[in-house]
Amino acid sequence: MKKRVLAMALVAAMAGTMLTGCGGNGGNSSNTGSDAGSAGTEADASAPAADGAKVVKIGVYEPASGDNGAGGKQEVLGMQYANEETPTVEIGGEEYTVQLEIVDNESSNDKGPSAASSLVSAGVSVVLGSYGSGVSIAASDVFKEAGIPAIGVTCTNPQVTEGNTHYFRICFLDPFQGTVLANFANANFSAKKAYILTKLGDDYSTGLGYYFKEAFTGLGGEVIEETFQEGNSDFTSYVTKAKNEGAEVFFAPVSTEAAALIIEQAAAQGLTIPMMAGDTWDSNVILNAAKGKDVQIYVTTFYQEGGNADFDNGFKGYINSNPTATANNGGDDTISAVSAMGYDAYYVALEALKAAGSTDPAAVNEALWKVNYTGVSGSITFDEVNGDAMRDTAYVKCANTESGEWDFVAEQGVN
Amino acid sequence: MNKRTKMMWNAGLIAALLATLFILEQILPSGSMFFTVLKKGAIYALVAVSMNLLNGFTGLFSLGQAGFMLLGAYAYAILTIPVESRGSVYQYFDGGIIQFTVPVPVALIAGGLLAAVFAFLIGLPVLRLKSDYLAIATLGFAEIIRAVFQWDKLGPITNGSNLLRNFPSFKSVLYPFVVSGICIALIVMLINSTYGRAFKAIRDDEIAAEAMGINLAHHKRLAFVISSFFAGVSGGLLAMYQTTIQASMFKSAMTYEILLIVVIGGIGSVTGSCISSFLFIACSEWWLRFLDNENLYLGGFHVPFLRPGFRKVVFALVIMIMVLFYRQGIMGTKEFSVEGIADFFKNKFGRKKTAEGGASHE
Amino acid sequence: MDWITKNLPYLMAGVSVGGQYALIAIGYTMVYGILRLINFAHGDIFMVAGLIMVYATTAMPIYIAIPLMIVVTVFLGFMVERVAYKPLRSAPRMSIMISAIGVSYLLQNMALYVTGGLSQQYPTIPWISDTVTIFGATTKRVTLITPVLTIVLVVALVLLIKKTKIGMAMRAASRDFETSQLMGIKINSVISMTFIIGTFLAAVGSLLFFTNYTGVTPTAGAMPGLKAFVAAVFGGIGSIPGAVIGAFIIGICENIIKGLGWTTFSDAFTFALLIVILIAKPTGLFGEKATDKV
Repeated sequence: MKKRVLAMALVAAMAGTMLTGCGGNGGNSSNTGSDAGSAGTEADASAPAADGAKVVKIGVYEPASGDNGAGGKQEVLGMQYANEETPTVEIGGEEYTVQLEIVDNESSNDKGPSAASSLVSAGVSVVLGSYGSGVSIAASDVFKEAGIPAIGVTCTNPQVTEGNTHYFRICFLDPFQGTVLANFANANFSAKKAYILTKLGDDYSTGLGYYFKEAFTGLGGEVIEETFQEGNSDFTSYVTKAKNEGAEVFFAPVSTEAAALIIEQAAAQGLTIPMMAGDTWDSNVILNAAKGKDVQIYVTTFYQEGGNADFDNGFKGYINSNPTATANNGGDDTISAVSAMGYDAYYVALEALKAAGSTDPAAVNEALWKVNYTGVSGSITFDEVNGDAMRDTAYVKCANTESGEWDFVAEQGVN
Repeated sequence: MNKRTKMMWNAGLIAALLATLFILEQILPSGSMFFTVLKKGAIYALVAVSMNLLNGFTGLFSLGQAGFMLLGAYAYAILTIPVESRGSVYQYFDGGIIQFTVPVPVALIAGGLLAAVFAFLIGLPVLRLKSDYLAIATLGFAEIIRAVFQWDKLGPITNGSNLLRNFPSFKSVLYPFVVSGICIALIVMLINSTYGRAFKAIRDDEIAAEAMGINLAHHKRLAFVISSFFAGVSGGLLAMYQTTIQASMFKSAMTYEILLIVVIGGIGSVTGSCISSFLFIACSEWWLRFLDNENLYLGGFHVPFLRPGFRKVVFALVIMIMVLFYRQGIMGTKEFSVEGIADFFKNKFGRKKTAEGGASHE
Repeated sequence: MDWITKNLPYLMAGVSVGGQYALIAIGYTMVYGILRLINFAHGDIFMVAGLIMVYATTAMPIYIAIPLMIVVTVFLGFMVERVAYKPLRSAPRMSIMISAIGVSYLLQNMALYVTGGLSQQYPTIPWISDTVTIFGATTKRVTLITPVLTIVLVVALVLLIKKTKIGMAMRAASRDFETSQLMGIKINSVISMTFIIGTFLAAVGSLLFFTNYTGVTPTAGAMPGLKAFVAAVFGGIGSIPGAVIGAFIIGICENIIKGLGWTTFSDAFTFALLIVILIAKPTGLFGEKATDKV
């Protein structure tokens, strides 16, 4: 009996936490005191902050844990840096403080929608994210139902924006990226046989693998396809297979987590053929894994360090000034393309807010179609069908295994 | 209280609950986390009750729930994706080979039936196994099902390991409540029938039950198939809630979560499973989210340790405390009922000699 | 020769993974033998051992870090038993199993919190991380060391159980828990010892495993743990030689399946094998036949 009362008390205590829960959501120091019901104040995106300025909330829907945690964190760093640089925006003649509402979608298609709901419930005007296509597709309907527009930052799978009017995207797409990679493999390594390794249940991975295969076989090449299950850490047999089959390139569009393992095991087994991958591999995780090893790694990406000196210096300063940021960037100040993309996405959102003249998500959604912004990663305008940025170049980089940096190789289009 | 007034009370309570939900839906903004929790909670309540039917009422320790949910979810999704959007969903498989749709309720039931058929087939060999061996064998089957559904040779049907999407989903929170409610009511009726009594007899003592003339194999199979049917239906509902599904979601971690819900609610209590599923979902998705916020201040005091991930540590600690100190769970093997509440107040204020009882009633 | 060069890597990977599974599986099988508990947290303790090593090597040289890692891991295994399992000794078996799931959940989430969700690079251990070439196939030296070390440890363990007093107490406790208590065996110290041995082997296993597969993530222990458990059941849970043989069979089969190109089913195959064994011989390869007491 006593125990049951205690149990009930515990439950009540948990329930009590939601009072603080909603109030604590704010990134600013004051507890704005929105209440348990999560109703009233939360629906109102422009609740006054402590200093009297109005607040506009931008949702950040990114992975901070799981497979894509490393990339997601770097992408968020770009946004946070942009937010620090430009913390306010003028909407309809009034100064608003921009507040980033960051949630972790855990790189998981089943946890994602709940994380997205919590953004909706926090009353954001526009959402940025995500790194990883699967989670973006998974949360798409949540945003759609709430009428909140979303700007995909580095989700490259076509299905993210296809057939909807609320999901936009500022990066290139996988059919393009796959073709670039296939052309590159064909032209530079005269490869006729490619080994493709993708992860089951990862839409980015299967998608890019598929488009690479289409393009590569279109050029008269031959492919061997294999997949691995989530949680697999033994890639020895895959590397062996690639060697035994006489593949000339090893194409593995997978998350950085798996990539680090693959590189390690490829090096241990003396895999000498070039390894290629898409934008996910453009990360210092890969550089660290490859450093001092005898491997060749080529990636396609959105931004090349050195493309915009102001951004590079500012961003490096930001990362080095803050130990948390350094840790989130993987312990050094290498600039990942995703950070640049996150930075641009933030400004695209600000442009849209300005153009909309209101914090109303529907107005922002309308305004996004006409946004034209030149960011550090190039010019961003959305096409009229799906809301994809019109991009026609990708940067190809090669990992320098001695210095642990990226070497610029080429700027490639599809033609 | 006689049986009739009891039923009236229960019906009245359910009607009041649905009416409250309906009204809440009109006043609160639809994006509120409150509804997210209610929707997901209702779905988990159904699967938890279905697991409880096996683990709590029949004494069969099965860990295959996630696999059966997968079957239900896939059957539902595959049968309801509109033909015109199949081209874009099955983009790597030329639109797939299934080119028809069925109405939503039919698809949900089909999901349940598919899970039931698989359960029947799996049950033939594995139900002979005892306790832990049964648990590990069912867990294994769930993993095998997951692998088969990710196989790209089955891609024209299952879309390989890629997401299935664009199928109809529900908007109103009433939908999962009504469907789950009907299913749970059916399970309760089963538990209170002669079959239910036979299940409980098997749970308490297999040998004695057999001696009493209960056909063990038949009843175990029945419980397994029925439980899987409802797990399949809840899988379909989960697909509707998530709006996209993928085989990789249905990992063994999901089964463990459901098992935790059942245990926290009280093994052998239907209402316990329902209550704990709402609490579990609310804690994991909503109430503790503020703990992930690094910049939380309480009256100028910067709360330490908070950063993404802290929520889950606290949640896991709460679960450990529940498991270690409240072994019986929230409800034990008792049920929550009107009569129980009435008794509770009678005991409290009427000072009857039976002090034991609480808000519970067998 | 060419055939060997081509197929040897599969076999080597299989034997090496099998050895690592074996070291984890012993922990499962010993605990199950005495407590009849599937210790779901065992795989996660294996993962935590990996993380401890990652953090220890940032602060101290490797020859201190390795013993420290083993000691801390063993202590963790001991504490888990004392805090989460001991209070439930009289409770139904279901409760203690749930407690194990709870511990597993807690360890994973703590790891998630500490690492911030990022995969941690396992330190390179000199000599055993070096690359060697045999019959034209290149691999890390650890791949070759693992099976040898596993067998040495298992022989030592079997001797311990057969020849020492504590070993005899363990055997008695696994034969009949209650009677052994009546015979004056201090059951709590026997159980603690079981956990200490189990976690010690898991710690060694993690050293070998993560040297080969260098990323430590919060869920890195889940799959190896589950596979090792399957190996323990396969070999006949409660039997140490059974667990070791089961682990080698599973490790090798898994790599052969991958080599044949059935990569989607490499995990599923393990379970299929398990189910076949359970149906044909419900107590596993070397399990003792359980007698039902009425």
